[in-house]
Amino acid sequence: MSHEFAIVWAHKDRLLGGFANTILLSLLATAAALALASAIAIALMSHRRAVRAPARGFVDGMRCIPFLLLAYIVYYALPSLGIRLNNWTAGLCALVIYNAAYMAEILRGAWASLPREHIDAGLAFGFSGLKLYRRIVLPPIVLACVPVMGNQIIQIIKDSAFLTIIAVPELTHEASAIQSMYYVPFAAFVSAVALYWLLCRLVELAVAAVEHRARARR
Amino acid sequence: MTAYDYLSLLQGAAVTVSLSLVGIIIGVPLGLVLALARWSEVPALARAVAAYVSVLRATPLVTLALLVFFALPNVGVPIDPVPAAIVSITMNTAAFNCEIWRAALNDFPRTQLDAATAVGMTPGLAFRRIVFPQIWRISLPGLVNEMTLLIKSSPAIAVVGIVDITRAAVRIGAQTYEPLPPFLTATALYFLVVLGFVRAQRSIEVHLDRKFGFA
Repeated sequence: MSHEFAIVWAHKDRLLGGFANTILLSLLATAAALALASAIAIALMSHRRAVRAPARGFVDGMRCIPFLLLAYIVYYALPSLGIRLNNWTAGLCALVIYNAAYMAEILRGAWASLPREHIDAGLAFGFSGLKLYRRIVLPPIVLACVPVMGNQIIQIIKDSAFLTIIAVPELTHEASAIQSMYYVPFAAFVSAVALYWLLCRLVELAVAAVEHRARARR
Repeated sequence: MTAYDYLSLLQGAAVTVSLSLVGIIIGVPLGLVLALARWSEVPALARAVAAYVSVLRATPLVTLALLVFFALPNVGVPIDPVPAAIVSITMNTAAFNCEIWRAALNDFPRTQLDAATAVGMTPGLAFRRIVFPQIWRISLPGLVNEMTLLIKSSPAIAVVGIVDITRAAVRIGAQTYEPLPPFLTATALYFLVVLGFVRAQRSIEVHLDRKFGFA
């Protein structure tokens, strides 16, 4: 058994390279999905049906399908519409689109329970439109959603493992490559699991730290 | 897409549903057992369960399925794709179900347990008659939510060579060079499966409401 781990250790560059890709994909996907989600949340809260209905359809549609199916659609079906992406970009796009829907729903939930006085006070101070949203509405709802957002980020990290199927060189893919080359399945995948666990623990610690600061602000 | 293609997607749907159901049937009670081990603070076991849940919740199902399928034969336990898929789905969902059951157990009023002890109930009897009938109703929405999440992560089992809905759709797309129709059909199938679970939950809640006056 220790001999297996020695082989994985000898190829740690490869494993850590995959890990770096997983971290990069997760970070970029989180940032872009959050930005996209805050735009979709506006549409979800709109009073106009023509704006609200397509956003609702998009969010509900994403919540019905598995992430891998969306990744396949982006990777295989977009080229037939004339959009050609390499597997890394396709994977990132799928992560962003899919998780933006879930995050938009989380933001909408927090927004719906935001006290009306809060917004009225903003209006009284002369805030309106996008500035009202950015300065008055968004900060409290983002802070209120921190724990749930943390869970969604962990979901992004785990979803990124699906991208091994479209050959994105992330952590699971590299562990798979090492195992198939040297037949060290136990050591390769246990190392990958340990790294996933480490990354998710980091997210949980970050969430706890942000929550602590959010509580101090209140 | 030919009639044969639709049939193979339906076959994939049968695989997705049956493997997920087996995972649920084993994983829900297993989650309860794990939660009880933590709740009743069984010395070493409670800590082992906490560690298990922490690691399993952070492990992608794809990685877990690969680990189970390739590493078990390596340590002398030969395993076929279908059992490997069931083992990994169950290990994964049991960790999440454990947390759902545990939340319900932690919120359970101690006074009711004291009352049960006072009238001479053994811990086992108190659990069967007092605790369980209440916590399963509280846990139901969370458990069904986890079941829909399980359906959505189930395509991961394709990595051990099982043809589920998603894998069947990819195959058809590769054969016909028109990936969109099979993918859209697959989307509709997942929608129906998820809807089935949510409907079942609602009808159980309606039934409870009629019988007891609350859900």
